[in-house]
Amino acid sequence: MADSDVTPIDGVAVEINGVEVIAHKGELLIDAAERTGTYIPRFCYHERMKPVGMCRMCLVEVDTGRGPALQPSCMIECTPGMKADTESAVTKKAQDGILEFLLANHPLDCPVCDKGGECPLQDQTMAYGPGESRFVEEKRHKEKPIPISDLVLLDRERCILCDRCTRFAKDVAGDPLIHFIHRGNNTEVNTFPDEPFASYFSGNTVQICPVGALTASTYRFKARPWDLETTESTCQTCSVGCRISIDSSRDQVQRFAGVDIDPVNWGWLCDKGRFSSEVVTSDARLSVPLVRDGSGLVAAKWSDALNRFASALDNASSAQSIGVIGGSRLTNEDAYAWSKLFKGVLATDNVDAQLGDGLPAHVVLGLPSATIDEVCARGGTVLLLGPDVKEELPVLFLRLRHAVVEDGVTLVEVSPRSSGITSLAAASVHPRPGETADVVSALVGSAVIDREIAGVSAAELESARAALSAATGPITVVLGRASLAESATVTVAAASSILAARPDTTFLSALRRSNVRGALDMGLAPGLLPGRVTLEDGAEWYSEVWPAVPSATGLDTEGILRAAADGRIDVLVLLGADPLSDFPDADLAERGLTGARTVLAVDTALNSSSKRADIVLAAAGFAEKAGTTTNIEGRVSTLSQRVTPPGTSRADWMLAAEVSNRLGTDLGFENFADVLAEISAVAPAYLALDQAIAEGSPDGILLPLDVVVIIDEDDDDIVVVDETVTVSEDGAEVDVTADVVAEESDGDDPEGLIEIIADDSDVAGSMPPFVQFEPIDEIASPPVDSYGFRLVASRKLYDQGTLVQSAPSLSPLAPGSTVSLNPWEFDRLGVAAGGRAIVRTARASVNVTVQADAGVPRGVAAMIVNQADGRVSDLVSVDELVAEVRIETAP
Amino acid sequence: MARLTNDNVELAREIIGRYPRPKSALIPLLHLAQEQDGHLTDEAMAHIGELVGVSSAEVLGTASFYEMFKMETVGRYMVNICTNISCQLRGGEELLAHAEKTLGIRPGQTTSDGLFTLEDVECIAACTEAPCLQVNYRYEHRISNEGFDQLVNDLRAGRRSDIPSHGVLAEVRQHIPEDRRAGVVTPEDKAVPVWIAAAGEGDK
Repeated sequence: MADSDVTPIDGVAVEINGVEVIAHKGELLIDAAERTGTYIPRFCYHERMKPVGMCRMCLVEVDTGRGPALQPSCMIECTPGMKADTESAVTKKAQDGILEFLLANHPLDCPVCDKGGECPLQDQTMAYGPGESRFVEEKRHKEKPIPISDLVLLDRERCILCDRCTRFAKDVAGDPLIHFIHRGNNTEVNTFPDEPFASYFSGNTVQICPVGALTASTYRFKARPWDLETTESTCQTCSVGCRISIDSSRDQVQRFAGVDIDPVNWGWLCDKGRFSSEVVTSDARLSVPLVRDGSGLVAAKWSDALNRFASALDNASSAQSIGVIGGSRLTNEDAYAWSKLFKGVLATDNVDAQLGDGLPAHVVLGLPSATIDEVCARGGTVLLLGPDVKEELPVLFLRLRHAVVEDGVTLVEVSPRSSGITSLAAASVHPRPGETADVVSALVGSAVIDREIAGVSAAELESARAALSAATGPITVVLGRASLAESATVTVAAASSILAARPDTTFLSALRRSNVRGALDMGLAPGLLPGRVTLEDGAEWYSEVWPAVPSATGLDTEGILRAAADGRIDVLVLLGADPLSDFPDADLAERGLTGARTVLAVDTALNSSSKRADIVLAAAGFAEKAGTTTNIEGRVSTLSQRVTPPGTSRADWMLAAEVSNRLGTDLGFENFADVLAEISAVAPAYLALDQAIAEGSPDGILLPLDVVVIIDEDDDDIVVVDETVTVSEDGAEVDVTADVVAEESDGDDPEGLIEIIADDSDVAGSMPPFVQFEPIDEIASPPVDSYGFRLVASRKLYDQGTLVQSAPSLSPLAPGSTVSLNPWEFDRLGVAAGGRAIVRTARASVNVTVQADAGVPRGVAAMIVNQADGRVSDLVSVDELVAEVRIETAP
Repeated sequence: MARLTNDNVELAREIIGRYPRPKSALIPLLHLAQEQDGHLTDEAMAHIGELVGVSSAEVLGTASFYEMFKMETVGRYMVNICTNISCQLRGGEELLAHAEKTLGIRPGQTTSDGLFTLEDVECIAACTEAPCLQVNYRYEHRISNEGFDQLVNDLRAGRRSDIPSHGVLAEVRQHIPEDRRAGVVTPEDKAVPVWIAAAGEGDK
């Protein structure tokens, strides 16, 4: 308790229940009370939304000098000298009365209610309410749950009208599809007739509903809260890395819920992440390894499958004839183990975690990085140069939306078509696909733009340029691939011009696949080794800890598939990858898969590519193994095991170790902690990570850590210590502190964070530097074909991917293939909205439904990647910078 | 009977133009839609949402607060009979019972020919004219059972061109004859009420 004479300058001294506490300036009484240990009951107040004072449950007696009066503590800010009594007779009577009123029409069907056992109304009635009701009248009856979307059901009898779900829909998600209607005596929450609450974030309303009014179709009647076992983990549906809790009962995952951490998800989840709990228990999961015999893939013994897997690798004619695609499904430990096997034992560098739909590793790892918090910092300026974040990284969209709406962030969007965030952008320009880099280089320049570039008018460009120029500090860039029909080179060129014009710019990469960042960090990319170092720089370092190191930079996925198509790949390994569905050029993927002599797959479920493999190892999936993961920011957080993997499937690191044993090399791993220990001992950016995790960090850990590395000259052991750890040196226990060590330092210092100490400067000098971004020069714009359309191939949240299709509740939500055109094009093409059209390139054509979309610029045909009927990847060729298509009426 | 007609969209844009924020025009536009279709259709509400930039659910949320916006089909003539205190004292309930018999419907229902919807309403501010009623919010004062039947016959026969179909807006004003108005009377000019005089408090 602070002394009243020494009030901090920005603190406000208030008295809660007779005890003086210091509130922050502008802090709400309900928050100040909770922070200092006094919980005030509430229903409508939610710390991530603005208060409304609807439910009156948080009424407490407050005296601001005019005598005590009941006031809602969620609506009043602390002021100096305020006295609040949360336990007075008046307060208690108010709480009692409010609860009696709330229960007057509440059905009290708690025994059959999903919320029973974890229900704030139930809990607070127990804690603060009357024992009995005086109401004997008939309660209101309404139709029991009505579906308000495919995923959420509403029981209006149970609703206490707290406004949490409707506020979330409007203020947080920006999808005001549910609202109070028939206001007055018959107020209820509902949707507009035949317009469901089809928000990507609808599941959050179920989580924040303080009663059982909103329930999720995936969880209804599945479990009771007191039977649930809960573990915190990190969502792996996309690479934002939202913190979640996994609830299981009877060793079956029942549901996921968001956990509030400040730097990432604020408690929110997207529906794809939340309801991907169904994927864990999907029937499609592999429980045993499969090998191909005459009749197809059949179940096999693990020893047979692993032997055949290992001998296929052993029999490859050379390291260059092995290609490995995929890895973003893995934990960091899995990725490291595979990386060590393929790069450190088999010495192949033909390894790529991305499927040609991401960005080169040097861009992701080498650009100056920004965290989500830094991108969303109050008053900042953000250039969004990437995918539709609402479709690909939904919770990042929520954070950006909050930043723009509440925190005065200026957003400038450069994308080939309007997106889910366009309405929030201060300026949004849609350059012709393939010519984005020209527009970006003009936007970051200081010269006034007075001409049209890439189909965007000078006025639009100038307004976007002005918005960027008005930034008071460095800008941040959200960088990704807006269209798979446009080469990654365009994005790299754009990033190069931004960095050249504004060297203090920082970047957040908008990659989509779950742990793609971790896979890259673990070296699953050509020319890369674990810990964000290049093969060139790190070969010497790793040659001391690994049996082998690749001799030269290998191929990326495109290169591997080309080599396979040419018959130069003996063994193609798919680590959870599905190139047939996900590689932007389906023709090349098909030729590659056909051309590879042996295809090995390691996956949790079969996909269209692994169905054609010769051996499939069954891997444990999310919630079935412990480990760590790295999100788009480079933030490492933990993954926990909650349930047993199906059948005999096992974690990837175990499989890598087993295969390695059969190849005659012991990877040295007996549990996942061994792998983590090795990563944190040898991977430069990950040094000392296991120690940081052991110390616990629910918010995750941004790497590299501020640590001290001591390289012992006698046996070349690397010892990592933080500031105060005691280490053994020459057999004696010595206290080493960072300051002391720094003074004696003569080592390398890659980012000013890691100190290297060694008497033997040769060893110290071998600590490799981190990957650097390799800028490229301007690229030539392709010529404009006035009869053709430029193709934009972007993603929707729900697609035909294995994850969505393994979740029965999500799979029907995939929208299907369409081509969206600007309605102004309809007349000249002779097509109409809802009709069919043929989209044709030189190599293939698809027949799809036409959609009118004024957000698509003229001359652009926008299609959705990986949907049923009419695959976009059939049209795209990786040889082209951008895909040109013709549109014809379907006969 | 669906979205706003082209003419009405033009009118809607003009109405929206009168406000600093488009969504402020929501209620005038709801009136416009009700005038067009006699009630608010879902399509019209969705269309209004598009015009003023709010979601359909928000349009419904606002519209459903107001009793006089009808979400379902109503008769061409909405008959509101007052049964509040003054009218009740002067036969409002009897008038309502007579109306139910004449029209063959209960309050809240619509005649099968789609002409009349009957409603039982609270005070409509014509207490000096009790019992009174409104047809499409146009007043009928001091109405007797016979007068009601006459009114219904006239409406059926199309003799009341002064009462347009439900939803059509007008400046609805009461026209109470001069001699029946309370007017402005200063306290000095008023006679002492009997109950005060009886208690001997009247003489100052």
